[in-house]
Amino acid sequence: MTALKVDNLSYTYPTGTKALCNITLDIQEQSTVALLGSNGAGKSTLMDLLLGWKPSANILLFDKPLKEYGRKELGRFIALVPQSEHYNFSFTLLEYTLFGRAPYLAEMGSPSDEDVHLAYEALETVGLASYAHRSVTTLSGGESQLVLIARAIAQQSKVLLLDEPTSSLDPANRRKVIDILQALHAQGKTIIFTTHDAPFAYELATHVAMLKKGSLLCFGTKERVVTSEMLTTLYETDMTVCSVGGRTLIY
Amino acid sequence: MNAERSYHNEQKRNRAILLSLLLLLLMLSLLFLFAGRYPKGGFSFPKDLSQNVMMKNIMLNIRLPRILLALIAGAILSAAGFTFQMLFSNPLVEPGFLGVSQGSAFGAALVIVVGNYNSALVQVSATFFGLLALGASYFLAKKFRFGGWLLRLVLSGIAVSAIFSSALGVVKLVAEPTKDLQDITFWMMGGLWNSNWKQILTVMPIVLVCLAILFSYRWRMNLLSLQEKSAYSVGLNPRLDRTVLLVVATVGTTLTISLTGLIGWVGLIMPHLARKLFGSDSKVALPGSMVMGSLFLLLCDTVGRTLLPTEIPIGLLTSFIGAVIFIVILSLKHQEGKA
Repeated sequence: MTALKVDNLSYTYPTGTKALCNITLDIQEQSTVALLGSNGAGKSTLMDLLLGWKPSANILLFDKPLKEYGRKELGRFIALVPQSEHYNFSFTLLEYTLFGRAPYLAEMGSPSDEDVHLAYEALETVGLASYAHRSVTTLSGGESQLVLIARAIAQQSKVLLLDEPTSSLDPANRRKVIDILQALHAQGKTIIFTTHDAPFAYELATHVAMLKKGSLLCFGTKERVVTSEMLTTLYETDMTVCSVGGRTLIY
Repeated sequence: MNAERSYHNEQKRNRAILLSLLLLLLMLSLLFLFAGRYPKGGFSFPKDLSQNVMMKNIMLNIRLPRILLALIAGAILSAAGFTFQMLFSNPLVEPGFLGVSQGSAFGAALVIVVGNYNSALVQVSATFFGLLALGASYFLAKKFRFGGWLLRLVLSGIAVSAIFSSALGVVKLVAEPTKDLQDITFWMMGGLWNSNWKQILTVMPIVLVCLAILFSYRWRMNLLSLQEKSAYSVGLNPRLDRTVLLVVATVGTTLTISLTGLIGWVGLIMPHLARKLFGSDSKVALPGSMVMGSLFLLLCDTVGRTLLPTEIPIGLLTSFIGAVIFIVILSLKHQEGKA
C-alpha cells in the first residue's frame, strides 16, 4: 500500500523563493526512503510538507489528503525526529519521551500508567532505559538524538520522518542510530529521512530520492538510482560507487 | 521497570507535597484572619466573636477579602509567570514581558493624574491599557519581518514596554507632586489594602476562570515548551494553544494588578522554586507554582500589614525577598556547576 503519495508538488516561500518544483513520489508502506541532496536542495522543505507543517493539497497519506487529517489523528500517523531540540527545562528522559504519547490523550488529559509503560519501552528500544531519570539537559549529542527517536517511537506512528538523523554524530552513535532505524524498519515502520551523506543513505534506505535545486533528479530503489553517474550529477563533483567484496563503497 | 516504579513514586511524593502545601495554606489563611493591628498589634483570638462586633466586622469584611485576594493574586501571578516561561521556553520571563505591567501602570497613572478618580476607574484603566499593551505587542509581532514567532513577540514586547514606560514618565512629570505623584508611586509599589468584597465578587471570578484554564493545560504546557514544529508533530496546534494561553495569562495578570498595583517577582521566582521542589513536569509544577505563589503573597501581605505600625507596600517585600531568593538560586546553580 502507498503510505505517502506526492503528486506534482511545488512550493514557493512567502518571500518568493521557489523551494520545490513538480515533485512526484510514491512512497510505499514499510519502505525506508532517503531524501538525498546537497544543502539547499529542498529536502527540509519537502520534509515540512510531508509532516503537514507547511500546507499542501498535493500529498495523500494512506490515500487520504494530508490536510484532511485532524491534528491528533495526524500525530498518530506521522512522527518527527527533528535534527536537534533545545532543552531549557530539566525534564527527565522518561517525562520527555512521554511527550510522544500526546496524540493519544484527551484534550486536557495527562499520561496514564500504560503511556508511562510505553514510553519506558521506547527508552529501552534506544538503550537509554537505565538513564530514564536523568535530566535531558545532561545528555550528550548522541544521547540527545536517541531520546528524540525514543519520543517518536512512543508516538507509535506508522510513518517516521527524520531530519538529518546522524549529521552531528560520532561513528559509534551513528551506528546505534542506524541499527535502531533498521530494527524499526523490520517492525514495519515507513521511514523517511533527509541526508546529504550518500554512504549513509545507501546503508539505511531501501529507496532513494535525489533532490537538486528543488527538483527531483531521480527516485527508485537504491540499487537502481545510486550510481556514480547520478551522484556526480547530484553533487557536481566526481563520485564513485563500486562494489568490493560484496560491499558497496561510495566516495 | 524500576524506572517506571520510581516515576510513579515520584508522582505520589509530589502529590503528597502539594496536598501538604495546600493544607498549610488553608491553616495559615485561617490563622492570619486573627493577625492585624486591631485590637492590638499581632495575633488576637477573641473569646466570643459574636459579642465583638467590631472584631467580627474587621475579620469578615476587611481581613477575609484581603486574604482571599492575596491567595488568588499569588496564584495567578505565579501561574502566569510559569505559563510565560513554558511558552517562551525561557525560565527568565514573566507577564511583564509583553508590556502588560508597563501598560497597566500607565493606565492607572493616567486616571490618577486626570483627577476625580476612584479606585474602580483606576482598575478599568489599568486593565484596558494592560490588554492594549498585549494587543499592541501581538499586532507588532505579526507585522515584524524578522525571526520566528516567539522572537518577534519578545522584540515587540520590549518595544511596547519602552513606549508605555516613557509615556508613564511623562505622566509622572506632569503629576501634581503632593498627591497624584504619591498615589502613582504607591500604586506602583503594590498593595492589597483596597480589597473588599465588591472587588472579590466582580473581578476575581474572571481571574478564577483564567486560573482554571491554565490548570487544565497543566500537562499539555510541557509540549508547548518544545520547538513549534515538534509540538505540532505530537498533535498540537502550537500557535493557537500559545495564543490562548498568552491571552488567558495576561488577562488574569492585568485584572489582578488593576486591583493590587504592581507586584513584582512573584511570577519569576515562584515557578523556579516550584520546579526545584516538584521537577520540571508542568503537570505538578504548575499547580505547585500556584499554591506557592498564594503562600508567598499571603505571607508577604501578612508581614506587610502587621510588622510595622504603618503598612509596608507588598511590592517592596515581594521584590526584596524575590531578589534574595533569585541570588540564592543562581549562587547554588553556580556551585553545582563548579562541582
